[in-house]
This record gives sequence, C-alpha cells and structure tokens, in this order.
Amino acid sequence: MMRLSGLESLTIFPHSNFINVGERTNVTGSRKFLRLIQENKYEEAVEVALDQVNGGAQVIDINMDEGMLDGEEAMTRFLNLIAAEPEIARVPIMIDSSKWSIIEAGLKCVQGKAIVNSISLKGGEAEFLWQAKRIRRYGAATVVMAFDETGQADNYQRRIEICERSYNLLTQNGFPAEDIIFDPNIFPVATGMEEHRRNALDFFEATRWIKDHLPGAKVSGGVSNVSFSFRGNNVVREAMHSAFLYHGIKAGMEMGIVNPTMLTVYDDIEPELLERVEDVLLDRRDDATERLLEYAEEVKGTGTAKKVEDEAWRQENVKQRLSHALVKGIDKYIEGDTEECRQLFERPLQVIEGPLMDGMNVVGDLFGAGKMFLPQVVKSARVMKKAVAYLLPYIEAEKAKNNDTSTAGKILLATVKGDVHDIGKNIVGVVLACNNYEVIDLGVMVPADKIIDKAIEEKVDVIGLSGLITPSLEEMVNVAREMERREIDIPLLIGGATTSKVHTAVKIEQNFRMNQTIHVADASRSVTVVERLLSTEKNEFIGEIQKDYERIRTYHESKKKTKSYLSFEEAQANRLEIDWENQKIVKPQYTGVKVFEDYPLREISQYIDWMPFFQTWGLAGRFPQILDDKVVGAEAKKLYADAGEMLKEIVTNKWLKAKAVVGIWPANTSDPDTIEVYADDTRTEVIHRFESMRQQSKKVAGQPNLSLADFIAPKASGKEDYIGGFAVTSGQGIEAHIDRFKSQNDDYSAIMIKALADRLAEAFTELMHEKVRTELWGYAKSENLTNEELISEAYVGIRPAAGYPACPDHTEKPGLFKLLDATEHTGIYLTESNAMYPASSVSGLYFASEHAKYFGVGRVGKDQVEDLARRKSMEFSEMERWLASNINY
Amino acid sequence: MRTLTERGKRLQEILKDRILILDGAMGTMIQDRKLEETDFRGERFADHPHDLKGNNDILSITRPDVITDIHRAYLEAGADIIETNTFCSTSIAQADYHLESAVRDLNVDSARIAREVADEFTAKNPAKPRFVAGSIGPTNRSASISPDVNDPGFRSVTFDELVKMYGEQVEALIDGGADILLVETVFDTLNAKAALFAIDELFDQRNIEVPVMISGTITDASGRTLSGQTTEAFLISLEHFPLLSIGLNCALGAKQLRPYIKVLAEKAPFAVSAHPNAGLPNEFGEYDQTPEEMAAEVEDFVSSGFLNIVGGCCGTSPAHIRALAEMAAKYQPRNAFNKEVQERV
Repeated sequence: MMRLSGLESLTIFPHSNFINVGERTNVTGSRKFLRLIQENKYEEAVEVALDQVNGGAQVIDINMDEGMLDGEEAMTRFLNLIAAEPEIARVPIMIDSSKWSIIEAGLKCVQGKAIVNSISLKGGEAEFLWQAKRIRRYGAATVVMAFDETGQADNYQRRIEICERSYNLLTQNGFPAEDIIFDPNIFPVATGMEEHRRNALDFFEATRWIKDHLPGAKVSGGVSNVSFSFRGNNVVREAMHSAFLYHGIKAGMEMGIVNPTMLTVYDDIEPELLERVEDVLLDRRDDATERLLEYAEEVKGTGTAKKVEDEAWRQENVKQRLSHALVKGIDKYIEGDTEECRQLFERPLQVIEGPLMDGMNVVGDLFGAGKMFLPQVVKSARVMKKAVAYLLPYIEAEKAKNNDTSTAGKILLATVKGDVHDIGKNIVGVVLACNNYEVIDLGVMVPADKIIDKAIEEKVDVIGLSGLITPSLEEMVNVAREMERREIDIPLLIGGATTSKVHTAVKIEQNFRMNQTIHVADASRSVTVVERLLSTEKNEFIGEIQKDYERIRTYHESKKKTKSYLSFEEAQANRLEIDWENQKIVKPQYTGVKVFEDYPLREISQYIDWMPFFQTWGLAGRFPQILDDKVVGAEAKKLYADAGEMLKEIVTNKWLKAKAVVGIWPANTSDPDTIEVYADDTRTEVIHRFESMRQQSKKVAGQPNLSLADFIAPKASGKEDYIGGFAVTSGQGIEAHIDRFKSQNDDYSAIMIKALADRLAEAFTELMHEKVRTELWGYAKSENLTNEELISEAYVGIRPAAGYPACPDHTEKPGLFKLLDATEHTGIYLTESNAMYPASSVSGLYFASEHAKYFGVGRVGKDQVEDLARRKSMEFSEMERWLASNINY
Repeated sequence: MRTLTERGKRLQEILKDRILILDGAMGTMIQDRKLEETDFRGERFADHPHDLKGNNDILSITRPDVITDIHRAYLEAGADIIETNTFCSTSIAQADYHLESAVRDLNVDSARIAREVADEFTAKNPAKPRFVAGSIGPTNRSASISPDVNDPGFRSVTFDELVKMYGEQVEALIDGGADILLVETVFDTLNAKAALFAIDELFDQRNIEVPVMISGTITDASGRTLSGQTTEAFLISLEHFPLLSIGLNCALGAKQLRPYIKVLAEKAPFAVSAHPNAGLPNEFGEYDQTPEEMAAEVEDFVSSGFLNIVGGCCGTSPAHIRALAEMAAKYQPRNAFNKEVQERV
C-alpha cells in the first residue's frame, strides 16, 4: 500500500482504482503550458493545474525541462504558487525532471509526500542509490524508469531485468518497496515501424511480471506517448488512451500520467474504432496500423474533449455568483460579475459594501465554523481584491466628479513588544491590502513609542495591534494608555489569538478615551470593521460598539476577579460575623451515619439537571429551550431522545446501582477556619477536624472574606451547632456496560452511559440534600421546591464538595470518607490523588445555616498555605502541591 | 551503520510497558516568576543593545536556577521526559533578539541543565529513568506559506536555510546531552521535514541514532495544520523517518484534540503522543482548566488506548502533570503494533 499526501492524504491500496496523474503542467508535453511559463504568465499556468485537479487528476505531474528555461527557478516558483491554492495543493505532486538539480529544487518546496519522476540506473548504481537516499531523506516516493547504463529497455526481457535489478538494489538499501513505482516505458504504437509493433503488448506483459515478482512495487507510465503518431486527432487519441489504460490496469498498472480531460469512457468508444485500436495495442493483425490510420483519416479534426467543470453556479443570480466566487476563491468570472453588479447599484462603492462584503462575511463565518481553512480564506481575499481593483477606476471617477479627495485609508499594524507571533497580523495586513487600504506593517516586538510615533508621522487612520501570548494583553493595555497620554485620536483595533472582546472592553477600552478601541475577532472581519470605521456611519458604529462593551463590562463586573490580596490574618479578621446569640439552630433528627443501599433509580432520575448533559456533548444552551434552538436544536433533540432511551434501560434493567451514605454530627469551630466534629452531644471527644480555606482577595467595604467555617458557630459562642457530610454514587456496575459498548465499537453509547451516570450522581446528590433538609436533619421541613428551583439553588443551606471552589483542598476528602466509612458503605474509594472512583460519585459537606452560600475561595497567599499545612500536620511543600492552582504567588 | 544510543534502546523498551509522561509548560511557569529585563540579561548580556525580556530560552544561561527549578518540579510531579528550554533556540527565532551568535550555547546549556536534573532523579530511583527531550520549535517563519498575499510564490525562509538552522540546533542539543529530539508545535510540515532532513544528515555524519519525536499542531476547528494539511496527510508526509513517536500538541485542549489523536492512533506506525493545552484559553488568555479536569479529558483517550506518551503544553503546571501521571498509570499504553499497522511496517 502506497501512501502519498498533499494537503490531504491519498492511499493506494493493492486493488484501488486507477490513479490519474495530471500531465498538462508539463512544458515538454503541453505547448500552452510552455508558452505560459516562458511568457511568465504563472497565474494562468496555475489555472492549468487547477483544471487538471477539477478534471479528476489525483496527482499532478509538473515538468519544467526546457532548454531555454531556468528549470530550478521555474519549478520552485510554480510549486510555491500552487502551494497557495488549496484546491490544487490538496493532491500530491509528482516532480518530473530528467535533471537531478530540478528534482531536488522541487523536493524543497512540497510539504506533502511527493513522487519523484524519475530516477534510473542510467548513470550507474552509485548515483542511483545516492539519489534514492536523498529522495528518502526528503520524504518522497519515486518513479524508477526501466533504463540502465546501456540504455532504455525496449523489449519485454530488458524491461523485467532492469526493474528487478533496480528493485533489489533499492530494497536492500532501505528504500521501502511500496514507495517504488516502475515506469516500464510506454512507447508509441502504429508508427509504421516493425520494431514498434509489440510496444504496448510488452508493456502490459512487463507490468504483469512486475506485479507478480516485485511485491509492493507499483506500475505507472506516460500514457499519451502511446498515441504519439496520431497527434492532432483527438478522437483516435482518446480512444487509444482509454483502451491502453483498460488493458494496462487489467495487467496491474495502478497509476498513469494522463490528461483526464483527454480520455473517453472505454465502453463509449465506437465499436469499430475500439476494435482497430485494440488490434494495434495487442498486436493482433499485421495490417492493424493501416486500418487504424484509415479510420483516423475519416474522423480527423472532429470531436474534442469537453472541459470537465461544474458550472452550475453560473446559473445563480449575480449576488450569489459573487458570493460563490469569493467562497470558492474562483477569480475567473469575477470581473464580469462585478461589472454586472455595478450596473445594479447607484454607486460602485455599494457593490463593495453590499454583495462583496456579504460574500466575505460568509467566508468569515465558514472560517469561524471550521468549514474553511486559512489558505482558502487567503484565496478568497485575493478574489475580493480583484473585484475591488475592477471597481476602483469607477470609484475614482466618481470621486473626481464630486471633488472628493478622501482615500481608502491608511492602517498601521504591529505585533506588540515582547511578542514575536505575526502570522495573524500578516493575514490581516493582506486582507486589508486586498481591499485597497494602505497598510504600514511595523513587524513584531514593536514598542508603544514606535507605534505612536509612526502613526503620527504617517497620519494613519487606524492602528491595529496584534499579539498571541498572554503577556501581550498587558502590553496592549500599555499601548492604549500611551495613546491616551499622547492624545492620539485614532481608532485602535485589537486582534490575536488570546485577545477577546471581554478583555478589550474591560481592560483596554477604558484606558483609551481619545477614540474607540475595537476587538476584531478574526482576519476576515477586519475589513468590515475598518470599512465602517472610515465610513459616514462611523458614529453609529462606534455607538453600537460602546453600548456592547458597556454591557460586557457590567456583566463582567458582576463576576469580576479581584486582583489584590489581604494577608491571611487580615482575611481572618474580615470573616463573616453571624449574630450567633440570636441565631436559631435546628437540632437534627439524629446524629451519626445513615446508609442507603440500592436507591431506586427511577426516583433519582426525576432530579436530573439536563443542561450540563448537553454541555458534555458540546451543545451549549439552556434546557429545555435548547431543544428548539435554531442551530443545535435538531442535534439536541436527537441526543435527548437517545439519552431518554438509554435512561429507560438503565432504570428498568438496573444497569447501575445507586448507593449513598449521609452523616450528621455535632460540630463547632475551634479556630476561625477549623471545624471540630464531636462524637456525641456531650461535645467532649473530637473525632475529626475539617480545615477550611478562606478567601484572601481584597473585598469591597462591607464584604467578608468567606470560609466555610464561618457558617458554623464557634465554640466560644456557647451555641450547639452541627455539620453534615455525604458520599453518593451511581456508578456501581458501569464498567461492564462500557466494556460491552466498546467491544461493539459503539463509542457513542459508551460515552452516553458515562454522561448519564454522571447526571444521575448529581441528581442523587440533589435528592439526598433535599432529604436531609426536609427529613434527616429537618431544618427546612416545609420546603417545597420544583426541580428548576432546586437547580437554581433556591434552598436553605449548602453542600460544598472538596475540590470545588468553596473548598479547593482535595485532602479534606479522606477525613470525610473516614467519618462516613464511605468506602465500606458505598464502594467509592479515593485514588492517591483523592479522586473518587467510580467517577460518577459526589461527596461533600452539609451546612444548614441560612447564611451559608456557595463561593469561590480563589487564590490564596503563602501565609494561608503555611497555616493550613501546620493545622493539617502536612509538609508545606506537599500542601503547596495540592493547592498549586490556588496559590497567588 | 548508525547505532541507536543506549538510552534510546532503554526508552523503546519502557514504551512497550507503560505510558510515558512528558512534562508541561515551560513558558507559563516562567511567566509566573515575574522576571524582569535584568533577569533575562544576566551578566553576559547586560550590555546587549536590544530588549531581552520575553526571550525565555536565554534564562538557561542567565538564570539557570529558574530553569532547573522548573525541571525539578516536573520531575517531582512524575514526568519521565523533560523538555529542554530551547523552543526558540534557533538562529531564525533568536534573530528577533539579535542573538544568533548565542544559539549553540543556548542549546548546549539548556540540554546540560536538563540532563543534570534528570540524572539526579534517575539516580534516586533507577527503576524510573528520566529522559531529556531536546525541544525544537517551528520558528516563526513558514516554508510553505507566503507572508505576502500579493505574491503567493514568495517565501520568507527556504528549505535549505531551515536545514542549516535546525542542524545547528540539533547538534548542540545532542552535544549538551539530549536523549531525544522533539520537533514540536509543527504548523508547517515542510519546516518539520527540513528538521528531519537535518537530523538525518547529522545521524549519518556521526553514525548515531537518537530517538525522534514529532508533534504537530492543529490550529483550529477545521482540523488542519496552519499550512492546511489534514492529520493523516501530516502523518504521511513525515513517516519516511523512523520516528519514536508522532503526536499533536498546543493550540487546542485535550477534548478538541481527540478526533485528530484518534486518526494518529489508528494509522501511525510509531508511538503516539499528545501534549495538549490546559483547555482553551478564557477571555483573558488564561488557561483555567484544573489538573483534574484536564486529566479527566485526557483519560477519555488514554482509556481508549490512543496514547503512548502524554504531557502538557500551554497553561499546564506540575499539578497537571501529576494528575496526568496518576491517571495514566491506570492504563495500558497504545499497542503500536496492531494488525493493520503491522501489515504496513
């Protein structure tokens, strides 16, 4: 099996269909192509390659062997050009030359696995093996010609001898057999010369021999050679090519250099012609050549092959055609279509602002959705440029008439100081330049001063900053501040992988009030943004942006992270002070541990929160609205139905077992962050201490630095308080089902059952918590909440879990498990990293206080980590390690 | 005849037994140190006429203590393989800082630092030998994409230039003591082919063979490299070289990488690696996926038998590596010699 690649892969299996190698991009075989290259018309030469691929070529052969050409230069240039055409570059390249230096020049330009065409024993074994080694080093396969020191093989015996010798030399020196393609020489037939009579037949027989004796090797050949004597007579040539291929493929030929647009279907060949052609190819009659020549005279000059190309889109209306051309990157009709469109509008600029920008927006959307990739977008931009270039004289003329002196605009681009990533910025530059903006690109690592100096000097209309790494975000803020300080009244665009609308709205825009800051999500949007910024609707546009950013800020403010921190001592001093004196604490119905074996799944499933389920599958949205969502609704509905079906199976056939253990104990705090748990109500024997963590970020006045311990009454208050704990699982028994699905290659179901088990564990947690509130502890006996209210946490009290924001310390789990004897009761055990197994398990604490609420501890200081390590008798470094993602130093 | 190094042989043996753990982000760890221009300059570059802050690789020379600490943290977390601090230690990347002349020292010193810490850990526990992978970045130039759209045939770097530059780096990394060469974050396969070309030449010159790992980058939802290749085309374009492993890193989180890792797991005749980012960055460019979340995502494909080597890229910390190591210890490595692959090899 041979594996090749361009942008996409091409695998040739032992019984694959025949592989067409396009041959028109060959200066020795195509006069048109030669002329285009000689006249430096590379753009049109690229079209030839595109025609080949559109016509069905799965590999394209490129040859620049012409005495008057600088072959190395032409090969390099042409390969680099087609690398920029994704429609062409998707197929593997065959680098065709009889000159080694041209082959090597070509190999340096292709990122995929190419084929060299060709090497041979012509120059002796040493040179042959040296070339093969180089080819291997460049990662290519190779065609080996049946050619040796004494010349080209022209009969059956010489063909197989040379191929065998080449094969043995190559494979003995580490060249893989499957990367060898033999070309046993296709020579013309019907030349009138006696020694040419068996040319085709010998080829077929040699092919058959190679396939039988040289395992792994492929056979190819230049098919058009066979019809050399019928040049100018396409009807006969096409028939000869098709018939030759028919017999070659039967003999085992896997690939061939053919012009796919110069082929006819074997079965469509007129029977009389076919018979005469086959007589020649198979050397069936002495007068075969004469008979074919006679026939050729009759049909001379008629019938040429049709151009194979899907032109259906040409039937659409002109706006759709423009959009199609932009999306597909086809510039062939762009001028005509643009002209047609221009006549529909009052002003030429409207064509750009209307249909062309609409088309580019489609491109942007497809790119954003991963349906187009970068090289295609760049190609679209080039089509756009052509359309704009066409319109430009009309726009200029209109301006001249109106005495309008404005220009399209000058844009300054820079990757900010400290950052060297510039691919995105370069693309933006290109896209803007295509739209006739003057782009001044300052490059990478550009300090703020330089950006501003240049902006003033060049009187630019817009400044664009780019950056990829995180610290660049800070540098962009710095540039914005500097622009404000130096009173630069120019719009500021922000782009790059780590930038975002939120960051721009929250961190940058507010530092720059002289003009507007705008985040540009990707390159394809840059033109629209600049267009609008420089148009008459500028103020309206800026108004929209400001409103949007204001909204983002307000939203962000509500969940803002605070940046400065208090010392741990200060944080403890700023704890939540509950008026314990007047606080009513409900005494639980019981203290100690209660176990629930095999809880009914049907009841649990009533408590499922479906939203996270859809998130698991990458579908974002609220439930049940998501089922009717325009974009993902259909998918969501299908998923929900499948889930429902499996859930039914799980419940009825008891695929999973739900177990829980719940405990409630007398407890008080003995220290601001230490909760003592007592054996009984005498509160004399301490059976465990929960050590909680406290927020250390600086709060606005009046807001406490919370710790879970704040929700429990201190010993000193004299109040008798309680704490609860739980461990639930719905994952018992899941492995058998996952294994079963996997063995059936049903990954979908395997994932589905995991996702459902997770949801059931969460639902079970919800159910148990309700039970605790209304029965077991009974501090909210009259509670009556709907599932929606439960999901939105409308109940009194909380159930924080270790490892989650309110209690990031995973090492709190073992103590809880010991108190509950959780492993014994539920089968859940803790891994060495304190993860619960089975994964569909939840454990945590219950706090009943009406003041208790969920919060995030966030990042904490070294002082707290030290104190925590001391309280827990752990090594500081170990404690630090457990809290690695929560430390602020 | 080239001979595979002893450590290389040992590595191949271990790969059959278990999933190997690669370390996590270097850049993120350095950023956390909040180093200043003077740290980057040190004594040696105190008078360098250009800013050096942000040139992380230079810290191997000017603040080796920082780099050693980071290596140690990853080794403590359970990494079997640590990467040298040389992602940008090529003359092309260093040209941005006008430090082309320091390239050899950057690589030799970085490899040496890593070698020392790795040996220290191996000595402590010889049953878990630690390896040093010389990190070879993609440079910021592309051999197959034109930076100038008006001239799509233009290239800002040639294959020959890349071969020369990679040759310089690879030689220095080996001289400094690297056990493995890791060509990573490949966004343009032609650049990677140039790296392999340089490596192949050097191996021939010295008659040695050092295990080579390749790791590509799928840039976005299109599932292609920046230069436009599909994962399978990427694999095919590089499989002429007898690699130790092929894999993917950076740009995406583990969850998003899954379909592409799956392709490699099914088709690659080598070991398969992944070192994803800690999820996708949030609006502030921060990676906030926790070690547990990341381990859980990676577990999905480790448990599917996709991987032989796993580690972390942007946003990962020793805690992430520890979580990955603990998770991976529960599973068998991918069997690189399944039937279909074996038929081809």
